Amino acid sequence: MRAKAVLLALVLLLLLWQVLAWIVNLAILPSPWEVGQTLIRELGRDLPGHFLASFWRVFASTLLAIIFASPLGLMLGQSKPLNHFFAPVIYLLYPIPKVVLLPIVVLFLGIGDVSKIFMIFLILFFQILVLVRDQAANLRPELIQSVRSLGAGRRALFRYVYFPASIPAILTALRQSVGTAVAVLYVAELFATQKGLGYYIYLKGSNLFDYPAMYAGVVAMSILGFGLYFVVDWLERKLCPWQFAR
Amino acid sequence: MIQVRNLTFEYATDQPVFHNFNWSINKGEAWTILGPSGCGKSTLLYLIAGLRQALSGEILVDGERLMRPRPQSGLIIQDYGLLPWATVKDNVRLGLDIRRFYGPDGKHAPVEAKVNDADVSFWMEKLGLKEQAEKFPGQISGGQRQRCAIARTLVLQPDLLLMDEPFSSLDAPTRESLQNLMIELWQQHNLTMITVTHLIEEAAILGQKILLLNEPPNVTANVIENTSFDKPNVRSDPEYLHLCQILREKMSK
Repeated sequence: MRAKAVLLALVLLLLLWQVLAWIVNLAILPSPWEVGQTLIRELGRDLPGHFLASFWRVFASTLLAIIFASPLGLMLGQSKPLNHFFAPVIYLLYPIPKVVLLPIVVLFLGIGDVSKIFMIFLILFFQILVLVRDQAANLRPELIQSVRSLGAGRRALFRYVYFPASIPAILTALRQSVGTAVAVLYVAELFATQKGLGYYIYLKGSNLFDYPAMYAGVVAMSILGFGLYFVVDWLERKLCPWQFAR
Repeated sequence: MIQVRNLTFEYATDQPVFHNFNWSINKGEAWTILGPSGCGKSTLLYLIAGLRQALSGEILVDGERLMRPRPQSGLIIQDYGLLPWATVKDNVRLGLDIRRFYGPDGKHAPVEAKVNDADVSFWMEKLGLKEQAEKFPGQISGGQRQRCAIARTLVLQPDLLLMDEPFSSLDAPTRESLQNLMIELWQQHNLTMITVTHLIEEAAILGQKILLLNEPPNVTANVIENTSFDKPNVRSDPEYLHLCQILREKMSK
């Protein structure tokens, strides 16, 4: 996508927001101009701290999910018996909306960072596991055999075939679940914490009735989500150029 | 070079594809294995490649019993087997990378193997891939992909070249030019070459000797000598046309 088109879409959305704000004319819908000013003001206060707290939670859980889910996905994808054994378990666990586990996770892991990181980890973990597994399982047997005929044993197959094949699957998984991850982060940060954008939004809106600041928090959270999406997009172009070559 | 002794192989119990099958090949010969689909021709090739194991009997290559893929054997398959995420150049050097990965251990790479990146340029040049070096397999034609697969195999300096329907999915002119190229390479590099094909014309072009397989189980090796092999303008040679006619009759039996 061209940057110009994205920028144009952004301007259109801001205009729409502005028009709605004029029509509604209530304190609960401030104009984008007002929110922008508040955002800049809040950047000089405690918003960056909250942003970083949220960012750290997403970043840590994404990294952990990749580290744990990709090798496991590769293993399952390579071994039919192993996959036969685990497929029903994954089939049961994968569709559970992980956010409903939040109260349980908090009970076990406490109210600190760990429970929040673990929640997002759960979401990303299953998504990456399933996509990497399917990617590895769907590699054509002809491809594997022909690389074996070049002398590759298990280790070289892993290095030259399975590992590079898993990278696009990981990125697709992240692309698909980054939105959900940020949404769940928001919910998780409503629970007994004093750091993070979820807490910030809740505090400004429901406790202090500072609506422009609440909106600034929403914008910050959107920027976090969009930023992550953008990074995944960029990584895909960097690491998987063959998918874009025409 | 290759001795197949009392080979029995089956996919399903009591339905052998080969039963006590014997066959042998001398060094430097060009063979084709011809037969209808399901006759076991690809199976035989994969057995010789060491990618499948016999139920009983044995296959000797260069006097040694085959237990796993042999580093001096090269395999070329119909759908090229190229890594879609690697450039043409990286695909051609894949075998060398794998050898470097293991070192000359005699199992994955020959003990005396030298890994020479200059060979990559040599083979890419030879197969007309210089311009395609930085492209991905998805960006080049089928013929170019198969050239890439051939370069990737020959860079490893194999003494035995195994090809499974290598040109079956290519159009006729591309197929013929690659067949001519293979004959040329076979002569220049002193290869032993076995090509599996279901195409009668291809069998008659690429094989000095033709092994004809039929409905399984295959028990005896039905070998046909090709006297028209490597003649100039072979495709219009009466001997070649006659051979094709004979093969056609034998296959429809």
